[in-house]
Amino acid sequence: MKIKLNIWKQANAKAKGKFEKYELDGVDTEMSFLEMLDSLNEKLIKEGKEPVAFEHDCHEAICGCCSLYINGHPHGPGSETATCQVHMRSFKDGDTITIEPWRAKGFPVLKDLMVDRNAFDKIMSAGGFVSIDAGQAPDANANLVGKIDADKAFDAAACIGCGACVAACKNSSATLFVAAKVSQLALLPQGKVEAKRRALNMVAKMDELGFGSCTNTGACEVECPKGIGIDFIAKLNREYLCASFSESE
Amino acid sequence: MSKFFTSSIGQKFFMSITGLFLMMFLIVHLILNSLLLFGDGELFNQAANFMSSNPIMKIVEPVLALGFIVHIVYASYITLKNQMARPQKYKVANKAKASWASKNMYILGGLVFVFLVIHLANFFWKIKFGTVAAISYDGGQTELHDVYGLVVGLFKGWWWYDALYIAGAIFLFLHLTHGFWSAFQTIGWDNDKWISRLKVIAYIYAVIIAGGFAFIPLFFLVKYVV
Repeated sequence: MKIKLNIWKQANAKAKGKFEKYELDGVDTEMSFLEMLDSLNEKLIKEGKEPVAFEHDCHEAICGCCSLYINGHPHGPGSETATCQVHMRSFKDGDTITIEPWRAKGFPVLKDLMVDRNAFDKIMSAGGFVSIDAGQAPDANANLVGKIDADKAFDAAACIGCGACVAACKNSSATLFVAAKVSQLALLPQGKVEAKRRALNMVAKMDELGFGSCTNTGACEVECPKGIGIDFIAKLNREYLCASFSESE
Repeated sequence: MSKFFTSSIGQKFFMSITGLFLMMFLIVHLILNSLLLFGDGELFNQAANFMSSNPIMKIVEPVLALGFIVHIVYASYITLKNQMARPQKYKVANKAKASWASKNMYILGGLVFVFLVIHLANFFWKIKFGTVAAISYDGGQTELHDVYGLVVGLFKGWWWYDALYIAGAIFLFLHLTHGFWSAFQTIGWDNDKWISRLKVIAYIYAVIIAGGFAFIPLFFLVKYVV
């Protein structure tokens, strides 16, 4: 099938970008979206043109690299899928596909469709870890975790930090990401030790890096490739408010 | 704690608390207004006169005004900051399924505010600073300000005021459908079970409040104009 592409092109972080139109013939419905972009780039290289820069790595939806905003959806059509799991069968012959980078002050564009998601690493460094000495592997029953808490923590841990929540949010808010990370650790005994400081520091870092605030539209949970729910945001709010009123630092 | 007032969640906390406070005020306001629907207005006049002469109201009134001011000022500040978080807009706007009201709370709030200003000019200003005709009951023994007459006069005389008040109620309805459950979510009083329940309660609350306020002009419209 033949498709039309409308792709954001930007030479570097400082350059002014614009949309570039491409046409691609011979697209197989069984191709993945990323393979389609590869074949576009092959064509562009053969023609002596500059290929489109985009990020991808694991191709199994666990690395969170493939950050593409396709036709108004982070990670394109389909629910709970990352861009690398999108196939061309989701599109029809003659379709126009508009591909944009994540748009957020916290995620500046590096080149074309690649953005700098280092802000998430900075938020993680602010508290998204457990700093107690782990030592040797403890007995399985040494730290008792309830079934519900274990399941919830696991759900939150599914976050791959791709930034789709920021891309989907009208406020470019990173609250769902922070909520997932804070909740995951706050639910487990090892993470409870630093739970208060973690909530305070991670939220402060998120604000500092220029992300917006949560207005509970719920767009993030719809677009999240890992199906992380906004109930974790309620938990983050609870953790943060309690910490604000009780942490002495 | 010092960062609380400037943090994104802290600011939202104040939005939530003032929102919940204003939603409680709406309940009281609607209960008192519903007296308009009964009898010839004596009941409503008694309530209105009690509310305007009650010394407790001297404290409640500024607190209520403060609630509105904090809610509006924080909303403006948060909206501006959130706009700045996305300097470059998308070509294709996000198509994720999210309620229209949730994405347009500031616009809806602004419309409710415009209505509020008109509403205050119509009644509050006249009662507080103007002159309202007196009406006597019990053969001249009790004399009350005829606030009922003021209300009826407005809704009877100008049909567009009825339309305006109904429009105000619609904006309020949309604002409340999101605002109600969102307030609980922001203070952390929510989980995966309660999200859907709170959304249902939000709709019930919004229907009762906005429906109630819209019913009053509709009632007088049918009673006098039609």
